[in-house]
Amino acid sequence: MNNSFSAADLDFQQQVRAFFEIEFTPELRARANDGRDVKGVAVEWQKKLYAKGWVAPGWPKELGGTGWTPVQKFIFETERCNAGAPDVVPFGLKMVAPVIIHFGNDEQKARFLPRILKSEDWWCQGYSEPGSGSDLAALQTKAEKDGDHYVVNGAKIWTTYAQYADWIFCLVRTGNFEKRQQGISFVLIDMKSKGVTVNPIHSIDNHHSLNEVVFDNVRVPVENLIGQEHQGWTYAKALLAHERTSIAEVSNSKRNLAEIIELAKQQTNHKGRLIDDPHFQQRLSDIEIELMALEYMDLRVLASMSAGDTPGPEASLLKIKGTEIQQALQELRMETIGAYSASLRVDEFQNELHREGSSSRKEYMYGRAATIYGGSNEVQRNVIAKAVLGL
Amino acid sequence: MNFEFNEEQMMLKDSIVKWAQDNYSFEQRAVSRNNDEGFSRKHWATFAELGWLSVPFAEEYGGYGGGVVDLAAITQEFGKVLITEPITPTLILFGGALSASVDDNVKTQLIPQIIEGGLLGALAVYEPQSRFDVSNIKTSATASGDVYVLTGSKSVVLGGGVADQLLVLARTSGEQNDETGLSLFLVDANANGVTRSPYELMDGQRAADINFDNAVGQLVSELDQAYEPLMNVIETASVAMCAEASGIMETLNRTTVEYTKTRKQFGVPISSFQALQHRMVDTFMAYEQVKSLLVGTLCELSDENTSVLRASKVVAALRTLVAKNGKLIGDEAIQLHGGMGLTDELTVGHYVKRMMMINLMFGNADFYQDKFNQLSYGQS
Ligand SMILES: Cc1cc2nc3c(=O)[nH]c(=O)nc-3n(C[C@H](O)[C@H](O)[C@H](O)COP(=O)(O)OP(=O)(O)OC[C@H]3O[C@@H](n4cnc5c(N)ncnc54)[C@H](O)[C@@H]3O)c2cc1C
Repeated sequence: MNNSFSAADLDFQQQVRAFFEIEFTPELRARANDGRDVKGVAVEWQKKLYAKGWVAPGWPKELGGTGWTPVQKFIFETERCNAGAPDVVPFGLKMVAPVIIHFGNDEQKARFLPRILKSEDWWCQGYSEPGSGSDLAALQTKAEKDGDHYVVNGAKIWTTYAQYADWIFCLVRTGNFEKRQQGISFVLIDMKSKGVTVNPIHSIDNHHSLNEVVFDNVRVPVENLIGQEHQGWTYAKALLAHERTSIAEVSNSKRNLAEIIELAKQQTNHKGRLIDDPHFQQRLSDIEIELMALEYMDLRVLASMSAGDTPGPEASLLKIKGTEIQQALQELRMETIGAYSASLRVDEFQNELHREGSSSRKEYMYGRAATIYGGSNEVQRNVIAKAVLGL
Repeated sequence: MNFEFNEEQMMLKDSIVKWAQDNYSFEQRAVSRNNDEGFSRKHWATFAELGWLSVPFAEEYGGYGGGVVDLAAITQEFGKVLITEPITPTLILFGGALSASVDDNVKTQLIPQIIEGGLLGALAVYEPQSRFDVSNIKTSATASGDVYVLTGSKSVVLGGGVADQLLVLARTSGEQNDETGLSLFLVDANANGVTRSPYELMDGQRAADINFDNAVGQLVSELDQAYEPLMNVIETASVAMCAEASGIMETLNRTTVEYTKTRKQFGVPISSFQALQHRMVDTFMAYEQVKSLLVGTLCELSDENTSVLRASKVVAALRTLVAKNGKLIGDEAIQLHGGMGLTDELTVGHYVKRMMMINLMFGNADFYQDKFNQLSYGQS
């Protein structure tokens, strides 16, 4: 057993660190923290990563990937979080691209992948529907063949950032079979198509990221079908597994923990600094100890992936524990700041604590979703019960 | 023994329920919440007409002469409909501190105005460095003839933006963290030297940061002795807010149970999953715990034989329990609603945010548990 990096890894770590230091400029950081120009910041940042050749570590090297080992990917993620740099928007680079790479034809690869790599297209994910959330296979959005087109009717919901999207990848029903998982197809739909409407859904963090996307007789060329008709479920499942491994977010949580400690050094009461308060320390260490265990859990999965295994049900474990820890940290951060977390907007006249408080609360509110999306934690527990414990 | 509200209290509660049914649907509430002041002046006038604004005040000033139980009776109902009108800032905090004042002229003059709905007030205590400590006060007040001049800043003053009058805690002697040396001053909110920066809070209510630069104030407490009476005001306000929180918890639990019975996944209502049933049983029990300790607290506080120490201990226990159980109930309500729980359109998030707000006011769970520890087991 050993948990140390090789000399080459350490060298790589220096390179990555230097990159973030230079390219993630204070100006970009300020705009990212401000949160108003979501698309502008994401595209600009992703283009920088693309220029360096680092935008798609998960892709095969010949298509624009990095060819990194799992350990190098881990180092990159850690350094990114330490630098406070945003992750890439996942829908194109991390979600639809792997599906196109594995199941798309050569034309589709040539048409879509380079534009994803260069952040020229913004993608969104059209899976959930009003009637099908946890029970995704119940989806009803219909695609009927009409010559060389599908005609799509129905509605998708909770579609993150659909308001910015050029394309949506959708699960649609192309047929009815005894097994509901059959008859689902994976199609790519141009958001500019006639009959596509995006309705905003405002969320409890007082922000707009969610939408309803309605399809009214939208004509989609059959060449936008991925793989075989009726086989979309298989492709989607492969993609869901992908989504789940990146969800432990150990590095992010470590950074958040470090920031909370800094905040708690500044907060004082008559007993002294908050960080010296045994009660506060207890809460902090309750979380940090779980986080340490999670980190090694994550590394163990990483090691077995290096050895060639695909992540199995342990991904569910990472997701449950990872999101629980994230939420505990979001809560503690808000309480560390205290009453300032109550202010809704960040206006100019208000002090630094108002800014910290308001953004911490916003993250706390949005953070409630982490245990709901990507397969809710209840559904993940069902997976473990069934697949690991054989119940 | 009798753990129910009495007939008059039930009538008060009913009058709120009735009024809210006709005037305070979620959509109607959104209209008044979204105007510049964050509430409706028209509603406030109605509250006065219906006598609700007289509840906590002594009869000699034209009040209803209610105690903490009467106050809890109304805030519980206000919690169920998420009132954004400034009940807490004007009635409970400003009104409470005013009632505790030793200046009878001021009381005779101002209390009737509150009761009539013509005066809004705010209590300015906490400062940027105070966190939850009422004694951590830097704002100074210096005598100048028969008035005082105040200099310093107060943060997150509830209702501070719309207030006509402010009651301000300031230091008249001693060091920054001393409990003695604090005095309470009445300051005209529009006086020279008072600068207010109002803003919206997560629960739709409003607050302000207020700066005092040689602003004129009138002493209304005993000189240097405002700490104790003010802590009593905060204690009463805490109990009223816990009653409000219990109304919120009840509503959240009910909404969640109803939703899970109608939401179908995998061909069945999600309420049929035992994993979810047990969670809802836990939140139900959490609410019942709060309700029981609330009733107990109200009884003990109404009993004149209860010692000051015991009263503080019970309140600290209640606030700790409300914070912890409220957090659980809020989290579960969102989680069990799935994506719907994240929407601003649904009432759930609004109830959760009001509860979070309550659990950040005057102290969080850690603060009150620490206080409980000290009161129970000696200095830590
Ligand atoms: C912020 C956010 C962003 C999202 N972004 C996208 C997106 O971009 N694209 C997209 O397609 N979708 C997106 N989603 C949707 C997300 O995938 C769904 O919300 C999720 O699948 C849950 O479905 P639901 O909301 O319908 O909840 P439901 O399935 O109705 O679940 C309600 C509750 O019941 C529980 N439950 C359900 N089934 C069981 C069971 N068998 N056993 C025990 N408990 C159960 C759930 O865990 C949950 O607590 C997003 C959601 C959120 C909140």
